Formats: sequence, structure tokens, C-alpha cells
Amino acid sequence: MAIWLIPFLPLLSATLLMVSTGRMPRSLTAVLGAGSVGLAALLVALLAQGFLADGQVREVTLWTWMAVDNFTPRVAFYVDGLTIVMMSVITGVGFLIHLYSIEFMWDDESLCRYFAYMNLFVAAMLLLVMADNLLLLYLGWEGVGVCSYLLVGFWYRDADNGKAARKAFVVTRVGDTAMALGLFLLFTELGTLDIQPLMVAANANWQVGDTLPIVATALLLGGAVGKSAQLPLHTWLPDAMAGPTPVSALIHAATMVTAGVYLIARNYQLFLLAPPTMQAVAWIGVATLLLAAFTALAQHDIKRILAYSTISQIGYMFLALGVGAFASGIFHLMTHAFFKALLFLAAGAVIHCLHHEHNIFRMGGLRTRLPVVFWSFLIGSAALAALPFTSGFYSKDAILLSAWEQPDIGPWLWAGGLLGALLTSIYSFRLVFIVFFGEAQTEPDRQPGWRMAGPLLLLCLLSLIGGWFALPLSGVFPENGHAQVNHSVEIISIATPLLGLLLAYLLFLGRQLSIDKLLASPTGQALKSFCLSGWRIDNLYNALWVRPYTNLAHWWRNEPIDQLYNAVVAASQWSHRTLLGLQTGELRWYATSMVFGLVLLLAIMLRNAT
Amino acid sequence: MGGLQIPMTHVLLLAATLFSCGLLGLMLRRNIIFMLMSLEVMLNAAALAFVAAGAKWGQADGQVIFLLILTVAAAEVAVGLGLVLQIQRRFKTLDMDQANRLRG
Repeated sequence: MAIWLIPFLPLLSATLLMVSTGRMPRSLTAVLGAGSVGLAALLVALLAQGFLADGQVREVTLWTWMAVDNFTPRVAFYVDGLTIVMMSVITGVGFLIHLYSIEFMWDDESLCRYFAYMNLFVAAMLLLVMADNLLLLYLGWEGVGVCSYLLVGFWYRDADNGKAARKAFVVTRVGDTAMALGLFLLFTELGTLDIQPLMVAANANWQVGDTLPIVATALLLGGAVGKSAQLPLHTWLPDAMAGPTPVSALIHAATMVTAGVYLIARNYQLFLLAPPTMQAVAWIGVATLLLAAFTALAQHDIKRILAYSTISQIGYMFLALGVGAFASGIFHLMTHAFFKALLFLAAGAVIHCLHHEHNIFRMGGLRTRLPVVFWSFLIGSAALAALPFTSGFYSKDAILLSAWEQPDIGPWLWAGGLLGALLTSIYSFRLVFIVFFGEAQTEPDRQPGWRMAGPLLLLCLLSLIGGWFALPLSGVFPENGHAQVNHSVEIISIATPLLGLLLAYLLFLGRQLSIDKLLASPTGQALKSFCLSGWRIDNLYNALWVRPYTNLAHWWRNEPIDQLYNAVVAASQWSHRTLLGLQTGELRWYATSMVFGLVLLLAIMLRNAT
Repeated sequence: MGGLQIPMTHVLLLAATLFSCGLLGLMLRRNIIFMLMSLEVMLNAAALAFVAAGAKWGQADGQVIFLLILTVAAAEVAVGLGLVLQIQRRFKTLDMDQANRLRG
């Protein structure tokens, strides 16, 4: 079976759409855009079936990319269980989102551009997860970054969207630079970038706790932190919500932002050599999930709440990776892709049916008006909050359990994760109660059609049953069987989301508890605005980096060497203005000037002759 | 030779006078037709000087150049009148002070 076809199909479609520059009929654009990803999903399904039957790792080399001395990266694919899981999520969820996009973006004049970028994104993301060497992975890594930039700034006529796109690009670029340095270090030290030989070489040359693997993994972690929007590089993701909602669902929830998790999982043997980095991963995860969950509590833009919740959920994945539970991290990645895509698509349907309203306090009472969307949102929120028997429950539970079993720091990590789970439950049901219950503020002017409802229903199903999927990861990651399951720990982690649900009910629907008085007090006000602004981290970065940088740029604009060139410009402009007066456009003036010039020349010649 | 000889200086003075008349006309008249006529006068003044010089030294060159000038003048008038027609059509006037759109 031709594995190369899988990333090639979306790439081909993206190329066709770009070349057509919108002259294609809209229906053909939609068929091509969604169809190519659908076909890729079908091929992935066949591939997965074959893989589950024989369990063989598939390696395909297409050609040697370049050959410089002993540096010969190939364009080659390496497909094992981890890759299969990632490919299924990318093409499966990706296809549903593409289908949904057809209806969501139908009235947009740039439908063709939209699908071209989306297909290009899917191709780049597939390249990222299928690459057998880190250089090809880096190509996909940058490719998805570019597509994210293009799609965040999709409605580029609004300058704010452009700024959000630029921010997303620049902030992730900080992490990418660290990652590039990490790749350089790995290549100079180990002499290869092919992932499997690299792992063997790393294990042969380095001991656990050596400095070099710590530095290399810390640099790779920098890239992962940037791409996956973790502390301290998480500020771009909430602003990235400026893009169309299906883009947020695909790129900023289901696939691209989890690339950092994939990177660490793919190179886990390297990370196992560096216990301090692993601890850093876990702590970054916990800190991020708490910060983002607190921030999500105070937001009032429906998409920003979901964005912060994405940051928080990726924090859980990092926590899982940090405590060595790689399979649980990837499991949560998959379930999160299901329920977060579902939530974003449902939010998109609300926005679509409500005249582009984003503020949750101007929604309300949509339970009876948009029933399909309501049930989707409810199921998505239940999975997000990890209510029992939803997919999110199984994955989050596994993560918390692994954190608990960690020696020394385990209980702290577990407590952090548990507090996060409580907050997650509160903010997700706050969202449900405010948007779908209570008084109606805005009447919907349309109902979602089948292209929107179909993907929603399928994702509902996946969010419910996704927890029962057995992922083919046993051959990829080392087994860490749970020796004895601590029942009190389990009961607490089951009870926490239910407690959160109860609190959210009492606060936002039943109104038995009131926080109005607290919010009205000066401390409450300050706390609320502190949370609303995302702990003022944006302000901090603006003061620390952005403003000094722009000031420096302004200052350098007047540097001395430029003055020289400016003088040339000024001189030519001055002579232009002066000589312009001679160009009167009057024939008689020209004739007279010629006569006087001639007379003058003759006079000079005659004087010299005598 | 023989007959009444016109002195060379007289002829040159006449040519110079004609040339100056043409030049003044070119500089002072605003109507394009009169400017073209002034140009003709200047050309003919120059031609007269050539003929006189040719007669003075008994060379044919003067008359050759006269013929050349005649041809140039005819060609110039052909082009010039074409331009005059265009100017009249575009600007609805022959006043060259009105046709100054190439002002910088």
C-alpha cells in the first residue's frame, strides 16, 4: 500500500486549489478540499487495519533529500503505533472539520483560499508525524506553523487578526529556535538525525543524568512548549482564536498544538536520559494547567474559554509525559482531540447561528432553540470535565493515577492535577449553564444544516466511546503497569469533577450560592480583571520584550549610516523640487530659453575666439 | 558675372533681419499657426544666407543646402500642420499658452 499517498493527497489538492486562485466553482472547491482529506482518512483506516493485524512497523524511503558529507537526511516515513494514532486523529477529525467547514465557510468569498490552507496544513501535519528523521519532522513543524499563521490571519482585512497571526508566529518562533539549536546539538554529538538510530546512539553514548542529554532535551522542550502553548510561551493561543472557528478546532485544539506532546513522546528515550528535564515537563504541565484553568473561569468570550481550556488540557498531557506515562499522554491527546474539536465546532455553530456573537453573556436559553448544538456541547463539556464514563474520564484518570505513583513529588503533582480537574469542571459547566440555560438574549436566525450536524454527532459518539479504544502503543512505549490501584485516590478523582459540576450548578444556574458580593468588592474586581487578562502575562511580555524591541527598532532607524543614504535621498528630492519649476509646459518659454541659451553660448565662443 | 551686383553685406543684413523677425514672432505670438509661419521665415532667412554665400564664392553648395532646407521645411510643415489639427481637436484652441499640460 502506498503510504506516501496519504500526505500527498491533501498536498495535491492544496496545490490545485492554490493554482486555481478561486476560479473553480465553489462546489468543486468544497469537494476537492474535503474529499482529499476524506480519501486520506480512508487510506489511514486501511493502513491502521493492516497494522492492527500484523503489528509490523512500516518504513518507506522515497528519496534522499540531500547528501552533504555524512549528513544524508532522507524523505522517509516511519509508521508505528504512535504514528497510526496521530494519523488517525489528524485525518479522521480533520475530515469531519473539513466537512463542517463547507457549511461554515460557504458564504465566505475566499472559500478556495481557506481550503487550500487547510489542506496544506493537513499535509504538513501528516509529514510531521510520519517523518522518520528529525529534519523532515522539522519541515512539517514549520509547515504547520506557517499554515497556522495564514489561517489565524485568514480575515486579514481586520488589522487585529493580522496582529494575532503575527503574535502566534513570533511566539512559536522563540520555541522553534530552541528546537533548531537542539537538533544541531544532537547532530554534532551523535552524528545522525534519524530518530531510531538517534535513540540507539543516545542510549549507547550517554548515561542517565549526563549534562548533554539534559541540554538537548531542554532545547527540544523549548520547541514543544512554544508549539503546544505551555508556560511561558502560551500567550499566542488565546489570540489565535481570531481565525475561523473550524481552524481553531483543527489546528488550535485537535492537532497542531499537540505536536509538542508528539515530539516528546517520539523522543521519549532521549528524555528518559534526562530526569531533570522530565521533572521540568511535569511541573510546566501542572503550572500551565492551573494557570489556564483559573484564567478560563473569568473569560466571557466563548472561544477564549475553550482556548484556555485547550492550554490547560495540554498541560495534563505534559504532566503525563513528565511522569513517564507516555501512553496516557497520547491517550489524552486523542480523547482531547475528539471532545475539544466537538466543543469548538459546537461553539462555531452557536456563533454561526447567532450573528457572530462571541460574548457568552449575550447568549442564553439556547437549549431549546439549538437542540443539536446543546447536546453536542453538553457531551463535549462532560468529556472535558471528565465526568465518569466519558472518554475524558478514562484518559485524565490514567494521568492522575500515574502522577500519584511518582515518588517524592507525586502527591503534589496529583493535587495540582486534581485542583485543575475541579476548575475544569466548574468553567466548562459555567459555559454550558450560561449559554444554553436561562433567559434568551439573542435569537438564532438559522439552524445548523447536515454538514454541521453530522460531524457534531460523530464527534459526540467519539467523545463518549473514545475511552474504550485500545491504542496500539504497547510496542512503542515501555510498560509501566499500575502495581496496586489505590482505591481512595480513584474515588477522589471520580468525585472531583462531580463536585465541580455541583458547584457550577449552584453558582450559575440554581443561584443558591452567590459570588456577586465578592465580585463587587475591590479585591474581587481586581482578582477578576487579573484572571480576565490571563494573569497579566501579556502585559509583562509587552513591557519586557515587545516595547524595548520596538523602541530599539525606532532608535536604530536613525542610525548614522542611514543618514548618509537619507542625505542622498534628500538631495535628489531637493533638486527635483527645484528643477520642477523649469518644466512649465509652455512652448514659448522653451523657445525663449533656447534662444537665450544660444545667444549666451555664441557670446562665450566669440569672446574666446577674439 | 556682370550686371548689377548686390553687396554681400546687404544680403546678410536682410537675412539677419528676416531671422530676427521670425525669432521674435516665435517668442511673442501665442497662436501655433503664426509660430509655424515664423519658423518658416527663419528657415528661409537661413536659406537666403546660404544662397548669397554660394553666389559669393561661386560654389554650388549654397544652392544644394537651399534645396535641402526647402525639403526640411516642407516636411516640417507637414508634421506641424498635423500637430496643429490634433491640438485644435484636443484643446479646442490654438493658443499655446493654454496647452501646457506637461507642466511639472
